[in-house]
Parts: sequence; structure tokens; C-alpha cells
Amino acid sequence: MKKEILKTAFIKSIPILCSYIFVGMAYGLMMNEAGFYWWHTLLISLVIYTGAFQFLLISFLQTGTPLLTICLSALLINSRQLFYSLTFIDDFNRMGKKKWYMIHTLTDETYAVNCTLPSQNKKDIMPWIAFFSRCYWMIGGLLGSFIGNLVPWNLEGIDFCMTALFIIILMDQCKKIENQKIACIGFIVGILCLLLFGTRQFMLPSLILTSFFLLYRSWREI
Amino acid sequence: MMYITILVCAGITFSLRAFPFLCFRKREMPAWLHQLGQQLPSAIMAILVVYCLKDIVNFSSSGKAQVLASIVVIITYKWKHNTFFSILSGTICNMIFLHLL
Repeated sequence: MKKEILKTAFIKSIPILCSYIFVGMAYGLMMNEAGFYWWHTLLISLVIYTGAFQFLLISFLQTGTPLLTICLSALLINSRQLFYSLTFIDDFNRMGKKKWYMIHTLTDETYAVNCTLPSQNKKDIMPWIAFFSRCYWMIGGLLGSFIGNLVPWNLEGIDFCMTALFIIILMDQCKKIENQKIACIGFIVGILCLLLFGTRQFMLPSLILTSFFLLYRSWREI
Repeated sequence: MMYITILVCAGITFSLRAFPFLCFRKREMPAWLHQLGQQLPSAIMAILVVYCLKDIVNFSSSGKAQVLASIVVIITYKWKHNTFFSILSGTICNMIFLHLL
């Protein structure tokens, strides 16, 4: 039984493996080039564990940006995770002590994969996906700081595997008519916000506006 | 100073993820918020796809390659309905397009 669960968790996490190892390596390499050591890479990946913000933090730490600016950026960039938690409140609450670990390890990628799990052994599979993904991210970072310079960087573009997975999950979800409408709202709001706010800042406004529209829709149906 | 910054950022990131849990630890989550949580996956997945393909607004070669590769993913998934086949062909096409464009 346990073996089955481990196997399912590993197979489900393979797209995350490809993405995290290579993005993690890019991160480790950039940290090195900015003059940091491997233990800095490991520490940050261990305690913060979020892709986009970690990259931004490199330049913040390097240029001695004021702590308040850094905090505000962390708040703005990472608040999208708050929306992810909403979906899994019930599932995580049923997990006992593992709950806090699950909250800490919720990322864009694990959120997407968790959404695809069957409800029967979800509770057992999710912690393993979280654990594997976190390992991939840290191993990627370490590989980047130790052998990043030896890797031929024409591997560029391999992180597309995660985009492909998001598209596939979306296609599966859109088999339900109801989800098609919801996805359409997200898609249109996302594109409008991208054009309005630019590539760096559009995620949070998109999520807030989309949630607003979804709530308005449910409220009208009552 | 650097370590303090790192720890503060870790604290902020964790608190954001934990915020909904801390809000509804003692009391029941209202039904409307519960429903929103159940509706969000499809909307978030659509926004994440937009996020991944955001480079297209600059008409950069990586943006164009990603959009073309996305079309490959959609077509192969409609055709074979196999997750790994579509991820693999999409990713390989993306790497080839990047070299060509």
C-alpha cells in the first residue's frame, strides 16, 4: 500500500522534478555569481521556498535594499499563495501535524498537481509530493552552486514542462461545463491584468479580480 | 543582517500561506468562501497558463517558442490523451523552437 502511494506520488511529481531541478540550478548558479555560498542557497531554499521571490531576493541582498522594501515585495509577490490555501483548507485540516508542513510547502506547482489527485488517497499522497518537490528544489539549488558552470546551458527551455502540465490540467478540468466558464473568467482577467499591470505585477490583481467575479457570480445565483 | 532578512522573508511567506488556516482555526469557514476555494483551481490554472506565457507580450523569441509549444501540447493531448507524451513533445518542441527562432 505504502509502496503504491510512494509510486503514485513520484510519478505525479515528475513534471515538478524536471522544472525544479533546472530552475533550482539556475538559482544556485545566480547565487554563486552574486557572491553567495552554497549554504546560503540551501538555507534560503529551505526556509523561504518560493521560486520568483527567491530570484528577486538575490539582487535585494546584493544591493543592500532596505528591509521594509524587501518585506513589502515579499508580501506582494507571495500573497498569491494565500489563494492556493483556500482550496485545501479541509484537506490540510484533516492531516494532523503534517498540516503545517503542507502549508509551508504549497507552491504554484504542488498546488496544480494536488488539484489532479483522486480524493480517495489524496491525504496520503500529498505529503509525499510536497516532500519530493522540496527535495528537488534544494538538490537543484545545490547542483547549481557546485556544478552549474559545467552544465551546457542550451538546456534552456526545459522548464516548459511545467507550462505543459498547467495546460493539460486546465484541459482536464474544462471537461466540465461549469469549469469552462470559471477558467474563461480567469483567462480573460489574467490577460487584461497582464496588459494593464505588466509581466511582473499582474498575478495578484488577477487573482483578486477573478475571486471577486466568482463571488459575484455565486451571489447572483442564490 | 543578511540572515535576519532571510528569516523575516521566510516568516512573511509562511504567514501568507497559513493566513486562511489561522483565520478559521476556531470558527467555521463561511459557505461562500468554501465555494470560492472549490472554484478557484480552474481559474488559477488559467491564470498560471497566462503567467507562463507572459513573455509573448514583448514578442520575444522565448515567448513565441512557448506559445507554439503550447499549441503542440494542446494538439497532442487531444490526440493521444497521454500526459507524459504531451509534456515531452511540448518541451522538446519548445527547446527546438528556441534554437530556431
